[in-house]
Amino acid sequence: MTKERKMNIREDASWKEMLQGGHIIDAGNAEDFKTGDWRSMRPVWLPDKCKQCLLCWPVCPDMAIPVENGKRKDFDFDHCKGCGICVEVCPFKAIDFVEEE
Amino acid sequence: MAYNLKTLTEKEERITGGHRMCAGCGAPIVVRTVLRALKPEDHAVIGVATGCLEVSTCLYPYTAWKDSFIHSAFENAAATVSGAEAAYRALAKVGKVKGTTKFIAFGGDGGTYDIGFQALSGAMERGHDMVYVCYDNEAYMNTGIQRSSSTPKYADTTTSPAGSEIPGKVQFKKDLTMIMAAHNIPYVAQTAPFRNLKDLYEKAEKALYTPGPAFLNVLAPCPRGWRYNTPQLMEIVRLAIETCVWPLYEVIEGKFILNYKPKNKLPVVEYLKPQGRFRHLFTKENEGLLDEIQKEVDRRWNRLLELCGEA
Amino acid sequence: MAIKDKLSGNEAIAVAMRQIDPDVVAAFPITPSTEVPQYFSQFVANGQVHTEFVAVESEHSAMSACIGAEAAGARTMTATSSQGLALMWEMLYIAASLRLPIVMSVINRALSGPINIHNDHSDSMGARDSGWIQLYCENNQEAYDNLIQAIRIAEHKDVQLPVMVCYDGFITSHAVENIELIEDEKVKEFIGEYKPQYSLLDRDNPISMGPLDMPAFYFEHKRAQAEAMKNAKRVILEVAQEFEKLTGRKYGYFEEYKMEDAEVGIVIMNSTAGTAKFVVNELRKQGIKAGLIKLRVFRPFPFEELGKALSHLKAVAIMDKAESFSTAGGPLFTEVRSAMFDYAKDTKAVSYIYGLGGRDVRPDEIMGVYKDLLEIARTGQVKSTFNYLGVRE
Repeated sequence: MTKERKMNIREDASWKEMLQGGHIIDAGNAEDFKTGDWRSMRPVWLPDKCKQCLLCWPVCPDMAIPVENGKRKDFDFDHCKGCGICVEVCPFKAIDFVEEE
Repeated sequence: MAYNLKTLTEKEERITGGHRMCAGCGAPIVVRTVLRALKPEDHAVIGVATGCLEVSTCLYPYTAWKDSFIHSAFENAAATVSGAEAAYRALAKVGKVKGTTKFIAFGGDGGTYDIGFQALSGAMERGHDMVYVCYDNEAYMNTGIQRSSSTPKYADTTTSPAGSEIPGKVQFKKDLTMIMAAHNIPYVAQTAPFRNLKDLYEKAEKALYTPGPAFLNVLAPCPRGWRYNTPQLMEIVRLAIETCVWPLYEVIEGKFILNYKPKNKLPVVEYLKPQGRFRHLFTKENEGLLDEIQKEVDRRWNRLLELCGEA
Repeated sequence: MAIKDKLSGNEAIAVAMRQIDPDVVAAFPITPSTEVPQYFSQFVANGQVHTEFVAVESEHSAMSACIGAEAAGARTMTATSSQGLALMWEMLYIAASLRLPIVMSVINRALSGPINIHNDHSDSMGARDSGWIQLYCENNQEAYDNLIQAIRIAEHKDVQLPVMVCYDGFITSHAVENIELIEDEKVKEFIGEYKPQYSLLDRDNPISMGPLDMPAFYFEHKRAQAEAMKNAKRVILEVAQEFEKLTGRKYGYFEEYKMEDAEVGIVIMNSTAGTAKFVVNELRKQGIKAGLIKLRVFRPFPFEELGKALSHLKAVAIMDKAESFSTAGGPLFTEVRSAMFDYAKDTKAVSYIYGLGGRDVRPDEIMGVYKDLLEIARTGQVKSTFNYLGVRE
């Protein structure tokens, strides 16, 4: 779900609608931009095997492993680019790596 | 406080997904870990040199940064951030700032070792209370993998191509961490996203909360430029450390401290072999070159051991 | 009561900076601007200002630090000359495009090469399209007055652009002349408190500045920047009116000297205007209707006003203290003649490039220019449009 934003700059916006200097005042609005369709490979989280060691969480370059109350959840596939770093660091083989459909 | 991943997940992420760095890039891992070391109540002003990180994280009208961010040019991240830090001190004198703001500059090796080196040296010498973080991916990746002074010897890049006469870059890598240590600033460290990222996180924390200038040199593999498969990032870093190609150490007020000594120092070929940029070295006629690299790694490692009182 | 003093141009600028008391000054020494940061750092050392003085390692870093400081909401100033300005080049454009109201004194000096420390306008003329407002000054009084006005112009909400205040190296920067200073409190009151609209230090409203702009947005951002420059035309006059109320000294886009009934005239900038006024006086004694326009505001360029001001002349010489190597006259000539195309079509215009690298310009040489103009006025014929004054041919 896209959050409410202060700026609403579309590609047909006039210069009068933009802030001076190209300033961006919606800190972190890049999350509105989805990079999930970059994936050619897809990590598959196997909750049964996962021991919640969280080693996968900090090594994700796309902040795509959400953690709540100290426990990881399924991937944020809106942003996961399918690099597979998490797959390799998992000591419990709790992440499969499969071809994206 | 002991390093604990579970506790750290409670801290809000300060950089978001939706940035356009390549899949498997090392830089965002470095950035998010450094920013995680900020106290939640502290604001940050982050300056980034032109390069992959900058163009991918702040592409109008999107920004992946939740703190305040500024990019001005390639060679001047340190100078730009030093100006913001000076502003903070000036405005604090007249009661115009609230809370604590920390100042961080990020640059790649191009923006740090090379074109931004003068501005970095100047800002560190002037004693600004800021942290400069180099995410070192050992070539100009943003423009398409050209050699930098950080590129290791014999690496194949687009401006130091391996050919029939010249086997890649002919110079050894500049030792920037040592150069920064020679600035005698309060804190200098060499680190990498290693294992559970404890080394990187704790050094970032020290760098941020040691008053005065601090410099972090962080190895940040680039799967495109180094030519390895993206899932291998943490393994590549591990090999860089276990072969002593990239030792983890810090220099606190001039005192050298070794943070990790491999139990079984691996031969450098273990690190070179998985990387396509060194592939041409694994031929019969280039065997001597591998020895040469090993000798230089050993020489630098032994020197570091001496400096750290570990020899 | 105004304070009467005797100061060099650089001293006057430093005094103005003390009175302005900016939050940050980042500067690097270069002749002939060096004295400005020198004098100013003494004010810092004596605690006469609250400024953080950043003694950077280059002019590139000076402008970069100014950008960082201004982006962080600090009123920020600097000074430079020649190669220093050239080294800042890249950052000048970025300061303007980020809409940062930095104020910089440019103590005009010839650009290398060959290296030359003396005055001409090749440095600031080269930066004419960087997006900075440019004010030019005949003497120390104007340098002082323009610097104070520059703060108001730059920071105006409809402008938000950096300003260069340009005056001649050595001739103005180092020569001591009488000056009337404004009281400290009155300067403070005139410039007001700086309240930036956007700041990196506004922790409640984190901002990203300096994004990568793709073709879908870059043009719009440039268009907005151009609008700010258009707004500056209005604001420059508003600020000048207020300044006149405070000091009695009148400023506009340009000064017209004996132009009402003039038949021939020259357009000139900075200190040589003083010499040229002397020549105009001499010619007037002989009954010759000579006049002069001294341009104060080169960016934004007052094309309509200047064009109209020249429309009643028979002939005008536009004098450039900079070569543009276009083979079509100096930069001032090119722009003035372009304005005349719309507003002064019947006035003949000729270009004179003079004084490069600090070559002295004597009254008899300027007298020669007026004589050339009188000949053009008499015959209606221009023998030579592009001319050099004072060079050994």
